[in-house]
Amino acid sequence: MGELIELTGLKDGEPVTCVAVFGDHADFESVPVDRRVMVIGGGITGITSAVDLGNAGYQVMLVDRLPSIGGRMLQLSETFPTLDCAQCTLTPRTVESGQHPNVLLKTSCEVEGLKGEPGDFTVSIRQKITYVDWNKCTGCGTCIQKCPSQSIALFERDAGRMTAIYTLSPQAVPNKPVIDAERCRYLTLGKCGVCAKSCPVEAIDYEQQESFFEVRVGAIIVSTGFDIYDWKNKMPEYGGGNIPDVIDGLTFERYLSASGPTAGAMIRPSDGKLVKDIVFIQCVGSRNPEFHKAYCSRVCCMYTAKHARLYKHGVHDGQVYIFYIDIRSTGKGYEQFIQQSVSEEEILYIRGRVAKLHRDGDKVMVQGADTLTGKKIEIAADMVVLAAAMVPNDGAKELADILGINYNDDGFFIEDNYKLASVETGQQGIYLAGCCQGIKDIADSAAQGSAASSKAMVLLSSVRRQKQEAV
Amino acid sequence: MKYPYFPGCTLYTKAKKLDDAGRECSLKLGFELDELKDWTCCGATFPLVNDQHITMSGPTRILADTKDQGNDKLVTLCSVCFNVLKRTNNVMLNDEERRAKITDFIERDYHGEVEVLHYLQLLRDEIGFDVLKEKVVKPLEGLKVACYYGCLLLRPVKEIGLDTMEDPSIFEDFIRALGGEPIEFPYKVECCGAFQAVHSMDTATRCSRDILRSAKNSGADVVITTCPLCQFNLDDRQPEIQKSDPGFSSIPVVYFTQLLALALDLPAEELGFERNLIDPLPILKEKGVIA
Repeated sequence: MGELIELTGLKDGEPVTCVAVFGDHADFESVPVDRRVMVIGGGITGITSAVDLGNAGYQVMLVDRLPSIGGRMLQLSETFPTLDCAQCTLTPRTVESGQHPNVLLKTSCEVEGLKGEPGDFTVSIRQKITYVDWNKCTGCGTCIQKCPSQSIALFERDAGRMTAIYTLSPQAVPNKPVIDAERCRYLTLGKCGVCAKSCPVEAIDYEQQESFFEVRVGAIIVSTGFDIYDWKNKMPEYGGGNIPDVIDGLTFERYLSASGPTAGAMIRPSDGKLVKDIVFIQCVGSRNPEFHKAYCSRVCCMYTAKHARLYKHGVHDGQVYIFYIDIRSTGKGYEQFIQQSVSEEEILYIRGRVAKLHRDGDKVMVQGADTLTGKKIEIAADMVVLAAAMVPNDGAKELADILGINYNDDGFFIEDNYKLASVETGQQGIYLAGCCQGIKDIADSAAQGSAASSKAMVLLSSVRRQKQEAV
Repeated sequence: MKYPYFPGCTLYTKAKKLDDAGRECSLKLGFELDELKDWTCCGATFPLVNDQHITMSGPTRILADTKDQGNDKLVTLCSVCFNVLKRTNNVMLNDEERRAKITDFIERDYHGEVEVLHYLQLLRDEIGFDVLKEKVVKPLEGLKVACYYGCLLLRPVKEIGLDTMEDPSIFEDFIRALGGEPIEFPYKVECCGAFQAVHSMDTATRCSRDILRSAKNSGADVVITTCPLCQFNLDDRQPEIQKSDPGFSSIPVVYFTQLLALALDLPAEELGFERNLIDPLPILKEKGVIA
């Protein structure tokens, strides 16, 4: 239990007091409501917010609808412009938020309702069924090893396999498994029960029910992140998801990852052959106001260059082609990264767009144009990677309706003032951070996570001051 | 049931077989194509610049005539006429300024009242492919058909709206209704190069070659089209393609109305197959579509 300490000081010559929490593992409910914050979405942005607030002595409830935190960044291989390992950067922070005395993780949870006012909100949360009693579970992983049901892995973006009882990744925080009811043999066919039999602490509970709880917090930070544009259904010209060797950039991150489905080997999905000719297409579904998204997805130029380099590091004699409209590399060290890719890695940048992809034998035929020479280009590729537009996560609009915040036509949450109040919303006490507000890279997301947490602190300290002044 | 019909110039000459079969089939299907009186050429190109109005005066006059003759619909068989008339009509309907300029010039009163329909659209939306299926006498069983759309039937998709532009299915649904087997091939919406035929024959030949080769490799027996330009280009280029690519094997290119006519048991000898450069009769006989 943490210790509540009253601090006293002088304001306008009058003595005032405020409450702070010190010590470890304070109980969330034990501190006044104006010292509690809820963060919705446990990606790098939400984690940064939560850890900042926790370090400042606030109690934070970090809610995520997935079974573990880490978000999209955990799926990435290495990050630009330094090419350091995403998991190595992120895992210490997920672990920190998991063990932080002031941060309470609520995963497999979704926000259902909001009442109250800034400084004293009441949020209703739905705890989804996990079929595992996490109070008993020790995270030993025996159930996962024994599970006989194999199916496509969500975390690997349909590339790898996973069991019906799973954790999202080996580094999951919290490291407790959940059962996918649609794939579990016991829950679908009524036979199996291997996980229940093998669990040494009898944590498997097939009868578990959904539960609901309410929590009072002073402020809320929304950091629900992004998803990838639904190119499979919306872009038949790129095979509509029916060409196995055409994948999106986020899936390719899994192929590049040493912990991914191919253990980092550059082999293609269709037949496991080494990829020798690889084509990257930028601006897939973005910068296309007529049919898709009008906005620039902002990180694709950089991650495509990174993909190309990581690929070349694995396959030295492979040929990389990148179709681009123009290169947008505006961050610190980004332009140098691009220039290095072009000059040192023998990556071929082709200015133009690709009209069509189709399969011819075991190759993917890429029909495009080089608009600098005015020539039509056809490339027989082993694999094609689409830098598809980033879009707000699904369910973002529903959450916005619950919280009473606004979103634009593309579904991004609208900030109070783009330049001067980019983390505030129209609703006082509710803040935005990360890609749910607009597309940004990891550095910007983390910065905005910190900005949102500091804005929450500003609000809550003024709430406290008002309370004290009222007394 | 009568539908006002605009044949267009090509269907009176080079593409007579498209027209003949279309008219005959309509009678079998219980409607009549009623040829518009005193029609003129549609102009065959829709202007791509905003201030070029003169080329739209012809199609506007045709549409105004249609309205004045008491009609609210106009059916075409030719993709080119369809494209030009439909897009001109959109301008008349939605662009006040340009409408005023054109109608003042041709001294007609027209506000886009006529709905321009392609024959395929008529079959799908007004007759129904399920009804068509019931009326089929001789299903095209076992005939593998590459449904080639070309561009003018579909694009620009927001103006034409007949089907999606990248992965349409109206043609395949039509062939299924006739009992045939539509095959998927990646070049079904690629350009045949017809607009380059005068300027750069090589380009047109190359475009046609890619389409035909793709259809053939996907196992097609015949290629069908709605467009006289596509039909001419794909059919007549084949000897040229063969010269440069001896491995190329030819494939007949027919109009969709010709296959419709066969399925409705109209006599094959009246369908103008002799005008095709690559004779479709051997494969149609081999597949048992005609005796």
